[in-house]
Amino acid sequence: MNSINEIIAYIFIAIGLAFDFFGCLGLVRFPDIYNRLHSSIKCVTLGTSSILFGLFLYKGFTHTGVKALLCIGFLVLTAPVSAHVLARSAHKSGVKLWEKSVCDKYAEDKK
Amino acid sequence: MRKIRWFLGLVGIISTLAAVIFLPIPSLLAWQSVYLEKIFFILVFCGLLCLWRVLMGPTPADRAAALDILGILIIGFCAILGIPTGRDWYIDIAIAWALQSFISMLALGKYLEGRHFDE
Amino acid sequence: MIKVRLNIFAATFIFWLILSWTLTAENIIIGAVLGICVSFLTSELFNKDAKLLKKPLRYLWFFYYIPVFLWECLKANIDGAYRVIHPSLPMRPGIVKVKTNLKSETALTFLANTLTLNPGTMTVDIDQAGGFLYVHWVDVKTDDVEKATEYIVRKFERILMRIFE
Repeated sequence: MNSINEIIAYIFIAIGLAFDFFGCLGLVRFPDIYNRLHSSIKCVTLGTSSILFGLFLYKGFTHTGVKALLCIGFLVLTAPVSAHVLARSAHKSGVKLWEKSVCDKYAEDKK
Repeated sequence: MRKIRWFLGLVGIISTLAAVIFLPIPSLLAWQSVYLEKIFFILVFCGLLCLWRVLMGPTPADRAAALDILGILIIGFCAILGIPTGRDWYIDIAIAWALQSFISMLALGKYLEGRHFDE
Repeated sequence: MIKVRLNIFAATFIFWLILSWTLTAENIIIGAVLGICVSFLTSELFNKDAKLLKKPLRYLWFFYYIPVFLWECLKANIDGAYRVIHPSLPMRPGIVKVKTNLKSETALTFLANTLTLNPGTMTVDIDQAGGFLYVHWVDVKTDDVEKATEYIVRKFERILMRIFE
């Protein structure tokens, strides 16, 4: 812990770690596939982006730091698309919603 | 019943996290920084939660979703491993893993929908 | 067409130089050859969006869009963490249908990604011909199409309309 940069980098890494942990806990606790994807994809995307931003603050504008910024952009663009693909394919392969769900317009429109 | 299960889970998670944070860990990885080592072990615990869902998921879509989340966590692993070891190529592994994980999730989604790969 | 290819070539070449980081002759030659190949292979895909690059006002709206998006994303994470650690799982999930006025594919992709990272919503499917989105909402307040559109889409549609159309 020498400079102020490293301390801020550690703070960002710790915040990202907490969000990652809550995302994985949501993957275990929630009752059906849509809620699981829903909670975990948000928390894990922002958490990993925060860890990568901490790496950028630690290394500065070097080889590793700039690549970490590129990786953040790539992650934010692709992670929601994969969640969307998984949710749609789960619905089309016949996975039911949770029994306490309110409405399902998608199943009504597909018939 | 639900309250009791919630309380037991809370106690288990808090005790595990406290054990990782406050107990002196035998130095499996010879790093200088103690903080990064503890952070790394908490990420490994998150990965174990994902593997639990891969093991217990009632439908194939649950397992695929847990694998997707595990793929994103591995990017975080690689980013943290790059700091104490001083090897710059770990971030290359992170970028390549992000690409590969995305493409494999697209293929798994098509497979679950019941379509062929060349449609 | 030639302008589209030049833009793609410049983007790929800069991306390659950042990834390889050292400026040697071999890196530059390999990057140029790969950039020409990629620009000839993928210029069909980006041909429709070429007119967007000319107006400078769109860039200003894009820079306004980034902090709004980041703030919503942070709120979404705190909301998700609260729902996870609450003992009785406070939610009424359901899939609702919302209407959007955006037409182009890029704008619809951005809208779907933004809704996925927003508090309480996740896009499940897009119907491009009718302009409908099917959204999984964790706390369903109404299942009417118009009211759900007011709650979910309006705020971002206003900005994305100015960026992409």
